[in-house]
Amino acid sequence: MESSARSGGIEVEGLVREFKNGPRAVDGIDLEVAQGEIYGFLGPNGAGKSTTVLMLTTLLPPTAGTARVAGFDVVREGPQVRASIGAALQEAALDPLLSGREHMRLQTALHGLGKAERDARGSELLVRVGLDHAADRKVGGYSGGMKRRLDLALALAHRPRILFLDEPTTGLDIQSRTALWDEVARLATEDGVTVFLTTQYLEEADALANRVGIIDHGHIVAEGTPAELKAEIGRPTVEAVPREESDRERMAVVLSRFGERANCSPRAVAVLLQGGESQLAEVVRALDGENIAIEHLQLHAPSLDDVFLAKTGRSLEGAGDEEADAPEPEAVAQA
Amino acid sequence: MSGSLATQVGQLAHRSVLRTLRQPAQIVPAIVFPLFLLAVNSGGLKDATNLPGFPTDSYLTFALAVPFMQGALFSVMNSGTDLARDIETGFLNRLALTPLRGAALLSGLLAGTIVLGVVQGVVYLTVGLIAGAELAAGAGGALVIILLSVSITVAFGTIGLFAALRTGTGEAIQGLFPVFFVFLFLSSMALPLDLIETDWYRAIATANPVSYLLDAFRSLLIEGWEPDQLALGFGIAATIFIIGMYAASSALKTRLVRT
Repeated sequence: MESSARSGGIEVEGLVREFKNGPRAVDGIDLEVAQGEIYGFLGPNGAGKSTTVLMLTTLLPPTAGTARVAGFDVVREGPQVRASIGAALQEAALDPLLSGREHMRLQTALHGLGKAERDARGSELLVRVGLDHAADRKVGGYSGGMKRRLDLALALAHRPRILFLDEPTTGLDIQSRTALWDEVARLATEDGVTVFLTTQYLEEADALANRVGIIDHGHIVAEGTPAELKAEIGRPTVEAVPREESDRERMAVVLSRFGERANCSPRAVAVLLQGGESQLAEVVRALDGENIAIEHLQLHAPSLDDVFLAKTGRSLEGAGDEEADAPEPEAVAQA
Repeated sequence: MSGSLATQVGQLAHRSVLRTLRQPAQIVPAIVFPLFLLAVNSGGLKDATNLPGFPTDSYLTFALAVPFMQGALFSVMNSGTDLARDIETGFLNRLALTPLRGAALLSGLLAGTIVLGVVQGVVYLTVGLIAGAELAAGAGGALVIILLSVSITVAFGTIGLFAALRTGTGEAIQGLFPVFFVFLFLSSMALPLDLIETDWYRAIATANPVSYLLDAFRSLLIEGWEPDQLALGFGIAATIFIIGMYAASSALKTRLVRT
C-alpha cells in the first residue's frame, strides 16, 4: 500500500468530512489507487465524490482519517501534494477574458517553469488537446468541450504524476466526451499518469476505469474492476420480440425455462439468464423448436447501474436514465 | 518547482491589467460618471465661491478633487468584483493548486487597479484643466495628483479585495457602492469644512478621512505646495492600504483553506 502511494498512487484510510450543521459528506472511506491506474469514482449527485476530490487535492481539510497522495500526507504535506498533482475540478474554472495561450502562460509560470520552457510547454499541450487553432482566442468564446480540454491541458502544465478529474465530461456532447476519454486513457497508458476520475456516467467509468469505486451517501458501497463488479451481482438478460404478437404468451412460457422474468418493452419478453450468456444458443433453439418466429433478439450484459441498484436499492440518478436510453447489447440476432 | 514571488506577482499583474483593459464596461463608467457629476456640480454650485472665506474663485477647481475620490470608489467595485468572480467560478481554486503565495495574489490583483488609477487620474486632470480649472502647483503638482490618485485608488481597492474574500459574491460588492458614496457625501465634498454651518454635518465631515483626501488634492490645485496637507492625504491613503491589505490577507487565509 505504502509503495503504491510513494510511487505515484493514492492511499486513503477512514477519510471523513463533516460539514457544520450538515451530514457527513464523506463517511469513513478507504481506497487505494496504484500508479498508472485509472480509478473511476462513481456515484450520484451529492454522494461525496467532489468532497473527496477536494480533500485529496488539499483544498479541504478532512475531519478525520488519513490520505496520502504520491506518498505525501494531504494534511501535513500540502505543498508537496500540490506539486505532484494536476486537477480539473467540477466546473472548468477559466477566465473568459484570457486566451487559451494566456491561461497556459499563467499556469506554467505559477508552477515555476522557466521562461523559455513556458511557451514550449503551453504550445505542446494546446496541440495535444487540439486547441492550437484556438489558442489566441478568448476563452469566453470556447465551447464546453474546448473549455474542458483547456482545463485538462492546464492540469498537465507541470507534468503531474497524478491527475484528478472531477466530472470532466458533464454536459459535453458524445464527440467531445470521446475525445477527452482518448486523451485520459493515453495519459495513463503512455505517460503512466495515475488518474482519479469522478463521474456520474456509467459508460464513462465502464469505458475508462481500470477499477471503479461506487460511493453513495459518503460510503463506498462497491469496489473492483467493472467486470468484477458486474460478475458479482449480474446475470445477462435476453430480450426477444416475436414476429407475431399472438406468439408472445408462448414465447414467455419458453423463456421462463431459462430464468426469471425481467422488465422490457411492451412487445418483448425478457428473462435473466440463470446460466449466463452461454445459454443464448439454447434459447434460440428452444424458440425454434416451438416454431416461434423471432423478429428481434438481444442479449444485455449486466451494467454498473445493475451493480448500483443491487448495492443501494435504487438506480443511479441521471446516468441510469441515460444508459436505459442507449443500451449496449453484447450480441444482437435478427431472425 | 515554484515560481519566485516576483514572477508570481508579475504574471498575476499581467492578467489583472489585461482583464481591466478588456472590460471597457469597468473603465468607462469610472471615468464618465465622475466627470458628469463634476460638470453638474461645478455649474450648479458655482455661487458658493461668493461665500466669505471660500478658497478659490473657481468652483470647478474646488470640485475637481471630487472625481478622484469617486474614481477610487469605483476601484472598490472593480477589484472586488473581479476577485469575487474568481471565487465564484473556481478560478481561485485553480490558483490555490499552484505554489502561489497569498501576497502575490493580492499584489497582482491590484495591478489592474493601478492602471485604472493612472487612466482615471490623467483623464480627470486633463478634462478639468481643459475646462478651465487651475493647477497652482504646476506640472510637478500634476504628477503628484496622479500619484495621489493611484495611491487612493489602490488603497480603496484593498477594501474591495477584503470584501470579495469575506463574502465571495459579486452581489455583496455591488451592495457596498452606495455605502461608500454616503462617506463621500458626508465629507467636505461640496464645501470646505470651515464653511459648513450645520453642526452635525460639520462634525461628521471633520471626522471623515475622505475630507482630508479631498483637501490634499485641493491643496495642489488651489494653493500650491502644502506639505502638511499632502502628508496627511498620502498618510491616510497608506493607512487605508495597510489596514485593507491586512484584512484582505486574513480573509485570504480563511478563504484559501488549502492544507
